[in-house]
Amino acid sequence: MEASQEVERAVQSELIHEHIVEIVSDSGEGAQKAGQTFGAVCARMGNGVWTVEIIPAEIKPPARSPAGASGIRIRLGSKYITNMGDEADLVVAFNEQVLYSRIANGAYKAGTILLIENKWRDDPVPEIQAQYKRALAEFKENGLIVHELALEEACREITSNPRVGKNMFVLGMLCHIYTRDVELARNEIATIFKRKSKEVVEQNYRLLQAGYDFASDNLDFRYEIPPQQVREGKRFIVTNGNTALGLGVMASGMELVAMYPITPATSASHYLADVFHEVGGFVHQAEDEIAAIGFAIGSSFAGKTACTITSGPGLALKTEMLALAVMAEIPLVLAVVQRGGPSTGLPTKVEQGDLLASIFGEPGDAPKVVVAPATIEECLHFVVMSRRLAETFRTPVVLLTDANLATGQQPYPRPEPSSEWLAPPIDQTDWDPQIPPYNWDPQTGLSPRPVPGMVDGHYVLTGLAHTNESKVAYDSKSNQLGCDMRSRKLAALANTLKAPTVYGDPEGDLLVVGWGSTLGAIQEAVDRTRAQGYKVSSLHLRFISPLEPGLKEIFSRFRKVMTVEINYSDDLSAPLITRENRRYSQLAWILRASTLVDVDCWSVVLGAPLQPGMIHKVLLERLSSKED
Amino acid sequence: MFGMNADWSLEVFERYFTIGDYAGGEARWCPGCGDHGVLTAIHKLLRDEQVPPETTVAVSGIGCSSRLPHYMGTYGFHGLHGRALPIACGIKSRRPELDVWVATGDGDCFSIGTAHWIHAIRYNMDMTVLAFDNSVYGLTKAQTSPTSPLGFKTNTHPTGAILPPLNPLTTTLGITNVSFVAQVVDWSPPLLYEVIKAAHRHKGTGFVRIIQRCPVFSDSVSKALQNSPERVLLLQHEKGIPIDASAKRQFPNSITHDPSDLAAARAVAEDTSRIPVGLLYQNTDALCYETLSSRGTEFTVKKRLAGINAALDRFTI
Repeated sequence: MEASQEVERAVQSELIHEHIVEIVSDSGEGAQKAGQTFGAVCARMGNGVWTVEIIPAEIKPPARSPAGASGIRIRLGSKYITNMGDEADLVVAFNEQVLYSRIANGAYKAGTILLIENKWRDDPVPEIQAQYKRALAEFKENGLIVHELALEEACREITSNPRVGKNMFVLGMLCHIYTRDVELARNEIATIFKRKSKEVVEQNYRLLQAGYDFASDNLDFRYEIPPQQVREGKRFIVTNGNTALGLGVMASGMELVAMYPITPATSASHYLADVFHEVGGFVHQAEDEIAAIGFAIGSSFAGKTACTITSGPGLALKTEMLALAVMAEIPLVLAVVQRGGPSTGLPTKVEQGDLLASIFGEPGDAPKVVVAPATIEECLHFVVMSRRLAETFRTPVVLLTDANLATGQQPYPRPEPSSEWLAPPIDQTDWDPQIPPYNWDPQTGLSPRPVPGMVDGHYVLTGLAHTNESKVAYDSKSNQLGCDMRSRKLAALANTLKAPTVYGDPEGDLLVVGWGSTLGAIQEAVDRTRAQGYKVSSLHLRFISPLEPGLKEIFSRFRKVMTVEINYSDDLSAPLITRENRRYSQLAWILRASTLVDVDCWSVVLGAPLQPGMIHKVLLERLSSKED
Repeated sequence: MFGMNADWSLEVFERYFTIGDYAGGEARWCPGCGDHGVLTAIHKLLRDEQVPPETTVAVSGIGCSSRLPHYMGTYGFHGLHGRALPIACGIKSRRPELDVWVATGDGDCFSIGTAHWIHAIRYNMDMTVLAFDNSVYGLTKAQTSPTSPLGFKTNTHPTGAILPPLNPLTTTLGITNVSFVAQVVDWSPPLLYEVIKAAHRHKGTGFVRIIQRCPVFSDSVSKALQNSPERVLLLQHEKGIPIDASAKRQFPNSITHDPSDLAAARAVAEDTSRIPVGLLYQNTDALCYETLSSRGTEFTVKKRLAGINAALDRFTI
């Protein structure tokens, strides 16, 4: 009561619909923790939220260096938020150097409010003082609204180690600035520090309150972002995409994840390692990527469909095993959390560069299901779906997410798992010896699968060409038939899929096609462009192998079709590039080949999520281009 | 009676398995290949132990010996070159009741599959691993293998192998959590049977290196050994593998070796002037990974759903 009265006395809060906030620091200063907690508080208050981590390129970067920028962006709003947005509205920085890398990424604009630690102004090292003053002059010149604040000094009244405690102080500041319920923040702190002593929890409460009061005393602005929709008794959860993958594994009834550590996929396994035993599951950390998928394949062969989780370089190593699973028709879920490539590439950064490798990566013909969730919520549900597809179609399913989904956090409706989501118990009834192990239905390629333990079901699975009896066969007919049947399954699956829904009008001048994590940014860009009167729509694919049906017909209703992706394509204006030799982005290759429509593309490999503003600009350019 | 179903117990009695129940397609190894004898020993052992064929899984990689699953009347998994062990471990992970056999060769296990060999020994899952070692690549026709003797002429080293051979025994015995290492030659059928039996009965990874004849590509290597039976050293001990009279007649030299003594086993393995045959090392108390990896297999649907709901609740806002 007292606090709120004081607030009203201080500043009137401005009503806004959304804001983008960043906290940027050296690594190890807890900016991400503060931001995630702030995001959770906002989500609990009913706001739309999207958080994205700012990850330094090195494990232990030097302090006060642009390369060491570590932090988080929180986009919060009244409406459902689907992406990181464009430039930030407010940034809290613990030093000035880390801001340079954010500025290089175009993270700020004229008018962005900067709250910066001011201790560097009086640093004992003259060079640091000079750097700080120079930087601030530059920031002001660029239009940033700078507030120099004695954050550490204020923290020192509560803790002897302000470098560690400062993040909760900043959380308190943000709670004041955005008129957040401090009690919710206290609850979050209690959860974060649940394994710590009561003193630690109390200390962080004090830092939180001190930050809140500090903002109240020192800042002349305050915002209110009301929640727009009441959630009507629906329960929501907040997770990042990798946790959603882990929850999906549990909800699918899979009992085994076999993995090898690889960024940015590993945190999914970290999460499972913590909780998988609660559903009777086990995380196997294998000796390498090949062993991880081999182990999963072994388990699947024995009737317990398993999951292996990796990223691009791991996918490359798993290629031969993946082809074995295709050849021998072993159900398997392979989640690929994509990062920048090729080779070791950009381990912590986002890219959608593994689409073609997933579909075509194996020597020979290796048809398999490839799906791509477009939201964090879908990361969870697609694992459940993938397990079922894998078993029904007796095939590996590659599930492509990316670093953006992996670390982004968003509230979404809490799933209500049922027993139907779980894998059925292993069938151990006797097998009819008259039925061969690959009793392909010529219409669909589907066949029931004998499992070890079934009397009379014994067969020798082989990666060699084989007959429907799983007998090694080098003859022409058997090989053609086996390839036909494995491919037929994809056609059978495609026949069960619905044509995708067009976002916007069903016809127009331009159709943007995307897949994966870019959904929110593309739709926001389309909204902005449509608001300017342009006839642009978008379409987002979840199934890429097999492709969702009806694309050619949908494309025919638009004057131009283009994909927007985060992977490499040649820019037509680049030297030597012609329409004939241009290398297209990955989905564009697929769409051009399957529809014979002259699908254009725009794609970049900046190691960053696509922002609606970038896409908006591209759409305007393409719409105004006279060229057909 | 005593909670037992009488029909069921009767059925078990009726299901007596013959060697024919374990035999698959006709073996297509070359005449004189040592693999035939190993296959026969496995069939005979499974019959003697009356292991149900439907709960037996033979896993292999790629190579001549890796064709073995095709010659079994059990479930089989003819996998990828070098990758039999991860697949076998995966099979065992959530189905520990399955009787898993691995057939692998010197190229498959000691070259392309080296990482898995090391780690599978450390996992020590309850399975029988037979490493068929003929010192040469047979399926791809006469390339140098990691165990080819120095100077052995192959298509990849026409003037002779240029590196000294890898010692699979010392390597295996150097791995943490190793629990069973034996060696045998294929041309002593009773001993072969006894060694495989001991490996199969062992709780943990029963690793057997089988020195095996390839009459086509490495005949000189096995001939040299067959012609000097005194190089073979029989390992005798009350805790070891029984050695019958015929083997003792075949191989004149023997020593007493306590298989519970790891240091002694390493010393025996280190001396490559002799070919130790029998049980080098056994530890019946080593941790088996499936006791960890199979936890929770008994969970009911209700318990699983309760677990997932509890997990979701932690993220509920």
